[in-house]
Amino acid sequence: MKAEVKVPRMGESISEAVVGTILKASGSTVKADEEIIELETDKVNQVVYAPAAGVLTLTVKEGDKVPVDSLLGYVDSDGGAAAPAPQAKPAKEEAKQPTSEDILEKDERQETKPSPKAEVAEPKKEKPSTPKTEGASIRFSETDFLNELQKGPQEETKAAPKTAKIEKPQQAESKPSSDRETRRRMPTIRKAIAKRLVEAQHEAAMLTTFNEVDMSAIIDLRTQYQEAFQKKYGVKLGFMSFFVEATVSALKAFPLFNSYLDDEDIVQRQYYDLGIAVSTDKGLLVPVLRDCDKLTMSDIEKKLEEYAKKAREGKIALEELQGGGFTITNGGVFGSLLSTPIINPPQCGILGMHKIQKRAVVLDDQIVIRPMMYLALSYDHRIVDGKEAVSFLVHIKNMLESPPRILLEV
Amino acid sequence: MSERDYQVVVIGGGPGGYVAAVRCAELGLKTACVEKRKTMGGTCLNVGCIPSKALLYGSEVYTLVKEQNTSAQPDFIKLMENKEGAVHTLVTSVSTLLKKHHIDQIEGMAAFEDPNTLSITLPDGSKKTITSDNFIIATGSEPVALPFAPFDEETIVSSTGALALKKIPESLVVIGGGIIGVEIASVYSRLGSKVTVVEMLDHICPGVEPYAARTLLQILKKQGLEFFLGAKVTGTKKANGKQDVTFEYEGKPQTVAGDVVLVCVGRKPYTQGLQLDRAGVELDTKGRIIVDGALKTKQSHIFAIGDVIDGPGLAHRASEEGIAVAESIVGQRKVVNMLTIPSVIYTYPEVASVGMTDQDAKAKGLEVISGQVSMRGNPRARCTGELEGFVKVVGDKKTGRLIGLHIVSAHASELIAIGAIAIAAKLTVDQVAETPFAHPTYSEAVKEAALLALGKAIHA
Repeated sequence: MKAEVKVPRMGESISEAVVGTILKASGSTVKADEEIIELETDKVNQVVYAPAAGVLTLTVKEGDKVPVDSLLGYVDSDGGAAAPAPQAKPAKEEAKQPTSEDILEKDERQETKPSPKAEVAEPKKEKPSTPKTEGASIRFSETDFLNELQKGPQEETKAAPKTAKIEKPQQAESKPSSDRETRRRMPTIRKAIAKRLVEAQHEAAMLTTFNEVDMSAIIDLRTQYQEAFQKKYGVKLGFMSFFVEATVSALKAFPLFNSYLDDEDIVQRQYYDLGIAVSTDKGLLVPVLRDCDKLTMSDIEKKLEEYAKKAREGKIALEELQGGGFTITNGGVFGSLLSTPIINPPQCGILGMHKIQKRAVVLDDQIVIRPMMYLALSYDHRIVDGKEAVSFLVHIKNMLESPPRILLEV
Repeated sequence: MSERDYQVVVIGGGPGGYVAAVRCAELGLKTACVEKRKTMGGTCLNVGCIPSKALLYGSEVYTLVKEQNTSAQPDFIKLMENKEGAVHTLVTSVSTLLKKHHIDQIEGMAAFEDPNTLSITLPDGSKKTITSDNFIIATGSEPVALPFAPFDEETIVSSTGALALKKIPESLVVIGGGIIGVEIASVYSRLGSKVTVVEMLDHICPGVEPYAARTLLQILKKQGLEFFLGAKVTGTKKANGKQDVTFEYEGKPQTVAGDVVLVCVGRKPYTQGLQLDRAGVELDTKGRIIVDGALKTKQSHIFAIGDVIDGPGLAHRASEEGIAVAESIVGQRKVVNMLTIPSVIYTYPEVASVGMTDQDAKAKGLEVISGQVSMRGNPRARCTGELEGFVKVVGDKKTGRLIGLHIVSAHASELIAIGAIAIAAKLTVDQVAETPFAHPTYSEAVKEAALLALGKAIHA
């Protein structure tokens, strides 16, 4: 009995993945539901599990592009012999030559990204990499055209040399000679992060305003009610729920922070979906808390715990990463005292939390010790001005320093 | 800032030159445009594309009227007035456009004194000297004359004279069955002239998709034009108040007589009087200015575009090159993909082509998919009775991309834009086939041909 291992459907906009890490080599014996391959897409990584117990035969190698539903290999539950070689070929070909439908879908995905400018520029990029100077060729002859056709669809040409490249360093690693550097392919998720961050830097007029917040009131509140809270809801009362509540309140007071630019329109969101940056060993993920204005603090804590768990297990669904209106990131968990976060386009702002540190501060003309946290708000100056940005951050500070305000919504 | 008079001087005010000048001005360059004619617009607007289209339209309308009323007579004077009206409006608006962009328009003949200096002979005979950082030579082309039949523009005419005849000739002999030849032949044939076309090659309209050229030939013959293909013209002489044209046809000498003889055997680059040697600009053996891929001459600040360099003699090609050169002067980059330049014959039906033909592509080693549908199957054509012709889509099998579109049909000149867009935007035949087209339209034939190329035609 042979059970096929196929590329699972990972979300509506994902039509293909890259074979990331092969966790079980071809020819090895696997248990049912054992992890075999990790697939990478530009949104999520997805582990493929063995459909049955038996001997695994893989028809793909690391770095191969594989369309959704295509064959990765199969598990022979009769413990049969190794793979018949011909099987490997069609699968590879399928992977390397996306149908025109795939190309189309890819294009559609690009279209949904908020960068019409980049698209207009695209055809120019494709010409041979002559520098952008006056001497650059204007005439695109029939020979140029034929060369372009020979190269085939653009994505393919880019992918092909890359797959070739990764094999080299692997070989190099096997002989530990004088190599003083190693090379590995940038994981798809890392590429996606890199692209978005650079986009944000290029597109937005981004700058950061800072403030600090005295955390003693929240710390007192947590100490006082932690036990009761945990008992009732089964989750810890963290700091994040306070920040979410304070941010929603600030977004209500300064709605522009919950808007985005669409060409020349400012689109105002009438909902409060907050992205919460979560660090995983694969990289940064920003799952979205939906309708935060309707969530209680316990709802928020529960949802956050669920996301953190999913993110670490790599099980976060694409839908859970899409469409946030504003982001909160906490560099404090790693000890950061101050940083300037980068906004997540097309969002207009991001709030950076930091480490709580006891510092000497002056209160009522007395030097006192207080648990302080620096706050950073990066924002898109195209949409909001400094006055609003500073007021927005002060609003958050005031809410946090006096938590009853959260209850009273003042 | 430069101490010279201008940053760019464009020589020639045709569709290449004036467009280049406007783009230069838009980019903030101090620009002048030198034109030897009294009016802007070059061959295209004054004595080419525009007047011929006016006459083609008027004569086509007359044909339709004549079908209903056999006693109808053409009003040639009115037709010419309409033509001149169109030309006048367009050339004036070009001049206004240049004024709006603060481009100095200088009427006169330009000659290089040195690589940065131009001496211009003004209409009154005086000279004006201007200097510039950059030059764009867009002087275009002129009709080639046969040694034994120099133009007098009355009985032996070029296209220029043929578009400005005083009366409809009883008989017209057209030497050269290229695009210009068949267009003007069509005009006078419709107006009642007896038209004979003598072509040296064994087919008309060289360069056009062969099946399209054959189809057009059959249609034109049905319309009453007479063709002698593979005929070598040996001489002309005046006889009985007419002009005799003698040629060898199927090994025997033949003679046809015409009240007017149109010679349209090609156009040659026009560089007369430019003193290019003083500028250090070189010509090739065919008299074309030598340019590199960036359309630079041997002097890196002197560019040349349009008919005066190698490439198809088409107004829109010159315009695109003009824009690209203007942008390259300020360091911007634009590519003119020669495969996206459509070519049109404004006969009835029209013939339009863009990109590669089936034959070309195969010869270049491509694996080709193609689909050809007849206009007879097109519902709109069925309604109007414009059933002649076909649409052919050519695709590259490997990439799926559309690489050619060839049309013989009424309105082909408008339909061809679909192909130019598809090639420019690198669309696949699939993408064109999956695009909804309005029903009923002639353009549906393009979709149907694309579907057919993919083996999934609905109606064929």
